[in-house]
Amino acid sequence: MKRVYMDHAGTTPVRREVLEAMLPYFTERFGNASTIYFYGREAKSAIEEAREKVAHLIGADPREVFFTAGGTESDNWAIRGIAHANKEKGKHIITSSIEHHAVLHTCEDLEKEGFKVTYLPVDKYGLVKVEDVMNAITDETILVTIMHANNEIGTIEPIAEIGKALKMLDRKIYFHTDAVQTVGKIPVNVDELGVDLLSISAHKIYGPKGVGALYIRKGTKIKPFMTGGAQENKRRAGTENVPGIVGFGKAAELAEKELMEQYEKLSYLRDKLIKGIMERIPHVILNGHPTQRLPHNVNVCFKYIEGESLLLNLDMKGICASSGSACTSGSLEPSHVLLAIGLPHEIAHGSLRLTLGRDNTEEDVDYVLEVLPGIVEKLRSMSPLFPSKGGN
Amino acid sequence: MYSEKVMEHFTNPRNVGEIPDADGIGEVGNPVCGDLMKIYIKVKDNVIEDIKFKTFGCGAAIATSSMVTEMVKGKTIDEALKVTNKAVADALGGLPPVKMHCSNLAADALHAAIEDYKRKKERKDVAEQK
Repeated sequence: MKRVYMDHAGTTPVRREVLEAMLPYFTERFGNASTIYFYGREAKSAIEEAREKVAHLIGADPREVFFTAGGTESDNWAIRGIAHANKEKGKHIITSSIEHHAVLHTCEDLEKEGFKVTYLPVDKYGLVKVEDVMNAITDETILVTIMHANNEIGTIEPIAEIGKALKMLDRKIYFHTDAVQTVGKIPVNVDELGVDLLSISAHKIYGPKGVGALYIRKGTKIKPFMTGGAQENKRRAGTENVPGIVGFGKAAELAEKELMEQYEKLSYLRDKLIKGIMERIPHVILNGHPTQRLPHNVNVCFKYIEGESLLLNLDMKGICASSGSACTSGSLEPSHVLLAIGLPHEIAHGSLRLTLGRDNTEEDVDYVLEVLPGIVEKLRSMSPLFPSKGGN
Repeated sequence: MYSEKVMEHFTNPRNVGEIPDADGIGEVGNPVCGDLMKIYIKVKDNVIEDIKFKTFGCGAAIATSSMVTEMVKGKTIDEALKVTNKAVADALGGLPPVKMHCSNLAADALHAAIEDYKRKKERKDVAEQK
């Protein structure tokens, strides 16, 4: 059966070049980077080379890049680490209502410890307003954490503008951004964004799972996330995942080299997909910003049907996609992002996210456009909500 | 995550549709929660002669709706009332635990349709007596 993978915001396959770079570090180059002999030095220099590549991709100094076990750890570390190291200055954190759960649940956890958290609303496109951030600041505020782009609806947030506004203040408020969805997809530069901390994940850019990084600007007061050995400049203990880090480095290098070419290709396919869906299927809503969005993200709601049924039908046709319906969110509620942009529950249940990647072709897009209308029609014909002829 | 039987009913659902002159209509669930089932029955001599459903919901919601219609078509009202949500799930070879509460409502929809039928019948009988 034809298979079309369109869930690249979920994860991506490890690229052949990335895997090849990693392989020797499982076997012949197995050293523990903390040791002094040959194998250790070999591993250590491989880690440092990877650090330079990741740093280069985001315009940072390699000494400001710390490897973690993934995006979730990076978000946890940034938020908890800043909160715990700076609580004497204040216990207030500002975030948005559409953050990834790695940020939201971490903030909720800190609330139990006595921190106060402001969850900013977003507009119908999912945009956070710069003035809302600034108006939420109190004498107690120590951290602002707003994602660079939303993982579900693809809206790109005005991070550089928020960064600029925060710099105008007469005291330091740390600024973190979860850039898991943007790094390697659109240009990301820590200085242009004006952030102090930035989370990255390797498996979203054709690297391996279980590796990520946290950018920490020099001079930032932050607690270590893991205590133990002296790895990562004593800030993140634990023997390094050398093959993973090497793979991450290679993936970062390739992502940087191919960024503009991929950006153009993906935005072309994205626009074709959105246009095709809108033309072929009635009662559809495009979620997220029409232009200020990730090049690979398509997110739509089909009224009168439910997302899981849609995914199962697509899967039967070999198409892999995701949805923000309750069934796929693991709770009884549909996606918090879709609710935050103002969609009613019954419409949010009918969402479909298609995220493109480097292996997708125009034929893949054509195939989805060929298959999707029939599936939507079939489910609507079964739906008591669909206003059919002679129905009630 | 779904059994083969669930997927089979989901892919080829039985008795989809509406009965314009139904003797009873039952509706359970709520689109806000992501599940809404509507069951139509046609009853003759206390037997469910025809049954149709329309469902908005996940794979489990659609499969259970289809299954319940198959289980009670041609059965008496009393037999149909004995069918439980659990019996429907069992007939499908089980459902994932998370689906047992939110999406396993087909028997409830059927019972609601039977109650509706009984209410209407009672009203009709009373009218006829007058």
